[in-house]
Amino acid sequence: MSSTQNPWQEDRGNKDRSITRPGGSEIIDPETGHEAHPAPGTPFLLAENMTGGYGAADILHGCTLKVEKGQIAVIVGPNGAGKSTAMKAVFGMLKLRQGRVVLDGKDITHLSPQDRVAHGMGFVPQVNNVFPSMSVEENLEMGAFLRRDDFRETMEQVYDLFPVLKEKRRQPAGELSGGQRQQVAVGRALMTRPKLLMLDEPTAGVSPIVMDELFDRIIEVARTGISILMVEQNARQALEIADMGYVLVQGANRYTGTGQELLADPEVRRTFLGG
Amino acid sequence: MDLLNAIVVLLNFVVIPAASYGAQLALGALGVTLIYGILRFSNFAHGDTMAFGTAIVILVTWAMQAAGIGLGPLPTALLALPFGIAATAALVLATDRVVYRFYRRQKAAPVILVIVSMGVMFVMNGVTRFMIGVDEIRFEDGARFLINATEFRKMTGLKEGLAFKTSQALTIVTAVIVVAALFWFLNRTRTGKSMRAYSDNEDLALLSGINPERVVAVTWIIAAGLAVIAGTLYGLDKAFKPFNYFQLLLPVFASAIVGGLGNPLGAIAGGFLIAFSEVGLTYAWKKVATYVLPESLAPDGLLQILSTDYKFAVSFALLVVVLLFKPTGLFKGKAV
Ligand SMILES: Nc1ncnc2c1ncn2[C@@H]1O[C@H](COP(=O)(O)OP(=O)(O)OP(=O)(O)O)[C@@H](O)[C@H]1O
Ligand SMILES: [Mg+2]
Repeated sequence: MSSTQNPWQEDRGNKDRSITRPGGSEIIDPETGHEAHPAPGTPFLLAENMTGGYGAADILHGCTLKVEKGQIAVIVGPNGAGKSTAMKAVFGMLKLRQGRVVLDGKDITHLSPQDRVAHGMGFVPQVNNVFPSMSVEENLEMGAFLRRDDFRETMEQVYDLFPVLKEKRRQPAGELSGGQRQQVAVGRALMTRPKLLMLDEPTAGVSPIVMDELFDRIIEVARTGISILMVEQNARQALEIADMGYVLVQGANRYTGTGQELLADPEVRRTFLGG
Repeated sequence: MDLLNAIVVLLNFVVIPAASYGAQLALGALGVTLIYGILRFSNFAHGDTMAFGTAIVILVTWAMQAAGIGLGPLPTALLALPFGIAATAALVLATDRVVYRFYRRQKAAPVILVIVSMGVMFVMNGVTRFMIGVDEIRFEDGARFLINATEFRKMTGLKEGLAFKTSQALTIVTAVIVVAALFWFLNRTRTGKSMRAYSDNEDLALLSGINPERVVAVTWIIAAGLAVIAGTLYGLDKAFKPFNYFQLLLPVFASAIVGGLGNPLGAIAGGFLIAFSEVGLTYAWKKVATYVLPESLAPDGLLQILSTDYKFAVSFALLVVVLLFKPTGLFKGKAV
């Protein structure tokens, strides 16, 4: 048994109950006002000066991320740098000690993740991102759970994007290959018709061919006007398709620039891209 | 050799009783397995939930009988069933509100929840005995037999009689209907799918906007319904006695675990497997053997593998064997 702060829990794993964190569901932040129009020059997503962690120790130290409308922003960095943690912070699964998150001009710092979904965020976690015993189609339906309108059209769009899913739509998602499962996960997130799609290592564990394929699909999604914030291990390839790149080290921004700038930066190349 | 009589004996003493007992176990195990899949603990209070619900059904049955309301050949208890389900659903929802929800908020480990459910079990145990006493109660009315042994003999001219009790037929028919409805609900409706999603991947279900408290409430209501139906059918078939329902916990759990905890199909298969093993191993096969074997080979003993006193040992042994060789159960369930 580990020395845990929660005497009720020994072996249940870290279930992120923060997902429905109570008390964090005011719709409008009183300070930033109620008008939802972004000021000119404000990025679509602005996650500013985020500081916080899972317990006593901070993992993020003043991390800032911005994504412009319809653009792709990529976070790269060494293992344990806090990339996933930064994504969770943007999505509201982490209590921030400092900083704020603004989406489309609206301060959403105090919203629960569920409410953020309703406000246009879609999140594909790094692991456990499908319902394994449910069919592909049911996975997509669950993605649309919050929607009360007819979502068949969106489902068709997802099938157009990932034709293999249509073929396998009666098959349990747990029985698919790694790449196909990632497609299900992305498809599930697209079902809410998000304005910002957040992907935590969508190409983890897939072959280079499938990776290129997935990147192509992601570009396609961005072309439809959806902004994308993505964590990637395959730094070089990811930065090639990135409008904006962030190199995160120990929970702080180390380098920031357009994808091409970072790829051209000798310092970044030497330390993070292997020459 | 007399195959026809052998088959009749087999049907009469093994197949029909085991099938209806299996259906009762399956319904009980479905409740246990649903609670495990959604709330992630083994609910030891399930046997006493069955007892409580059946007690309410009996009380309402008596009231209806006194008022002259009945169903003709079918037992009046069927009419009382909805009242029992409603009362039991209210009880488990209230229990969830005042007891389980607290531990859920603490994200308590499953083993703590199991012990909590034992506490709930003792309370329900007491409540039921207060309400209806500890004695054995028979509350079956209507026509007792669908096929009567004497009539069957007269009709067919066979030496052996076949009895098919109304309660047994009712059990099997009800179980089929209930299971079909449950699977339709879980696989076809939005709420049912959200329950499966929650059971599959809690975090992702929350991310998708599924309301956990609603899922939990629906699960309790369904589990209560299954428990009361199983308990009432068992009571009609045999008799109602609170202690027996507490004892039913073992075969019910064995069914759920042998089939694969959290897997509804497994619960059904497990129920029938346990029931047929229990009946098959404690039945004296002498009569069947006498009909089937040539006279020279006629057995001297009873050919009973275990005395009926050991019927609970059968569930236990099967449970241990399955856990040793296939810890997730025969169907893919969650590891215990
Ligand atoms: N649920 C958690 N509870 C406590 N600490 C955590 C938790 N998740 C991650 N950490 C810690 O936070 C730090 C950053 O982890 P994070 O998962 O954000 O890294 P990452 O950059 O995504 O790494 P990777 O490239 O391996 O995915 C690590 O030191 C890790 O141990
Ligand atoms: Mg990560």
